[in-house]
Amino acid sequence: MSRVVVVVVGNRLRGDDAAGPLVADALRAAPGRVRVIEAGTDPLRLLDAWEGDEAVFVVDAVCSGATPGTIHTFAADDAGLLPEPLGGSTHGFGLATVVELGRTLGRLPRQLTIIGIEGTRFDMGAPAHPDVQRAAIAVAARIQASVHAPASPSLGRVVPVSGDGRS
Amino acid sequence: MSARTAKAGGAGRTRRIVVNPLARIEGEAELHLTIRGGHVADAQLKVVEPPRLFEAILRGRSFIEVPDITARICGICPVAYQMSAVQALERLCGIEVDPQVRRLRRLLYCGEWIESHALHVYMLHAPDFLGYEDALRLAADFPAEVRRGLRLKQIGNDVVRIVGGREIHPINVRVGGFYRVPTVAELQRLVEPLAWARDAALETVRWVANFAFPDFEQDLPLVALVHPDEYPMSDGRIGSTQGLDIPVSEFDTHFTEEHVEHSTALHAVGPRREPYVVGPLARYTLNFARLPEVARTAARAAGLGPECRNPFKSILVRAVEIVAACDDGLRLIAEYEPPAAPAVAAPPTAGTGYGCTEAPRGICHHRYRVDARGTILDARIVPPTSQNQKGIERDLRRFAATILDRPQAELVWKCEQVVRNYDPCISCSTHFLKVHVHREHRRR
Repeated sequence: MSRVVVVVVGNRLRGDDAAGPLVADALRAAPGRVRVIEAGTDPLRLLDAWEGDEAVFVVDAVCSGATPGTIHTFAADDAGLLPEPLGGSTHGFGLATVVELGRTLGRLPRQLTIIGIEGTRFDMGAPAHPDVQRAAIAVAARIQASVHAPASPSLGRVVPVSGDGRS
Repeated sequence: MSARTAKAGGAGRTRRIVVNPLARIEGEAELHLTIRGGHVADAQLKVVEPPRLFEAILRGRSFIEVPDITARICGICPVAYQMSAVQALERLCGIEVDPQVRRLRRLLYCGEWIESHALHVYMLHAPDFLGYEDALRLAADFPAEVRRGLRLKQIGNDVVRIVGGREIHPINVRVGGFYRVPTVAELQRLVEPLAWARDAALETVRWVANFAFPDFEQDLPLVALVHPDEYPMSDGRIGSTQGLDIPVSEFDTHFTEEHVEHSTALHAVGPRREPYVVGPLARYTLNFARLPEVARTAARAAGLGPECRNPFKSILVRAVEIVAACDDGLRLIAEYEPPAAPAVAAPPTAGTGYGCTEAPRGICHHRYRVDARGTILDARIVPPTSQNQKGIERDLRRFAATILDRPQAELVWKCEQVVRNYDPCISCSTHFLKVHVHREHRRR
């Protein structure tokens, strides 16, 4: 069975940006065959984090205008995952840009699934929205379920999540 | 990058071009350039982010917390803040760290230089010279080079992780030494990657040496640490191209910070209120002879002399410094034996301590006043980018004047490049940069 790596991106101290780290916490609380990596706020670290791994989930907070806690799922080649223009700082190497960079450099894992948890408040020091916290636990459970479902034809798509994927 | 042009009425015609954002710097700031009657009337680097008040956070905290709190100032150069802090506090406490601890700290600093310089050279600055808007587009045409840059950065991060406890905001540095020192075997695992990195850094120098550099020289004093035996990182006296030679404790008597209306970051000036420049060019020019031989040879082969005053060549000097940091790292690992203890006791001592080390972007000066219980009464931190602000503005004014006849897009691009020559770490106090060019045409 392929190794599963979950890379979470986000800042625990910035409200709903903690979505990714909260998924990491939930996964660690129920250890399985999942390697969890916290990439903090530097998605560039992803390029090395997933090298050599076969199935990778990346979890990050997203901001699309949907209800807080909405779970979005993308495959690495989804057209919806457009690289944003590079922003003004190293923090500007956003997730989509890094995925694109990985593709350009031939450094994408065989299977890459990106899970976004919708957030609304990213204030310094604010707690994560309760719906975001619930969504993080749901995402962790789905990842765990996919790992323990060896017959699953596609780890990347085991959890069909539509536009409103709240559990 | 987007650009807007606005016109205003009045006696003359004013053209205002806003570029938002100016990418590939670490932090948030704006650049305003005003062109009036065919001349550069003003150039301002506007740091717009609110101050982060770290110095106030430190007041009332124990002196032993300082390296961990100040490391949080920057995700790219946290080691610089830790090194300046522990130097200041250890001098105040009157303690000398074990020579092997000093060696480990320099190795940690080498890791930071490698990751910070590799990030800037490849991901932030090379696109300027090769005509790409960003590293992603650069990677499409130069995949091997970008891969090399990313691996170099990762090796620097690995050094920081193994010596400092984690890659970003390391947690292993304490007043008096380290919390835990690595084993010889742990450091040996870095030898092969660092040897690769040294070769990759030499490749980097050769690659960057072929970039086209505008013919432009700076006329400002260069200020850096100077050390008799080594290329300066965590020790030395403060020297300048004007002959300054002072201990770090006298920084405040020669350099002052002043508030300017257009920036939330303080501007530093020299004794006659003149701007000065810190960073790779200053270090290199004042310490060329102390570079490792392999770095000096690479510099000469790249066409650099023992001094470099062209800020556009700072990318080349950074590449040379990556060679030096890799070579030095290998030497330090070869000489390493675990010290008897990871740290020596640091009894709280009342008084004022001063520290100054070479962050990747230049000297980072710290001053702490501490009471007998070890409580911080007052802290002052002068990061390199705040010292370079006036120099950046001066470069902009002088360089823009030489290219006013160029098309607008090229003018804006070159002005951004002037700022990026300094690898400004505005996130040490802020984030984000916009460029505004104001053109005022006077009609007779």
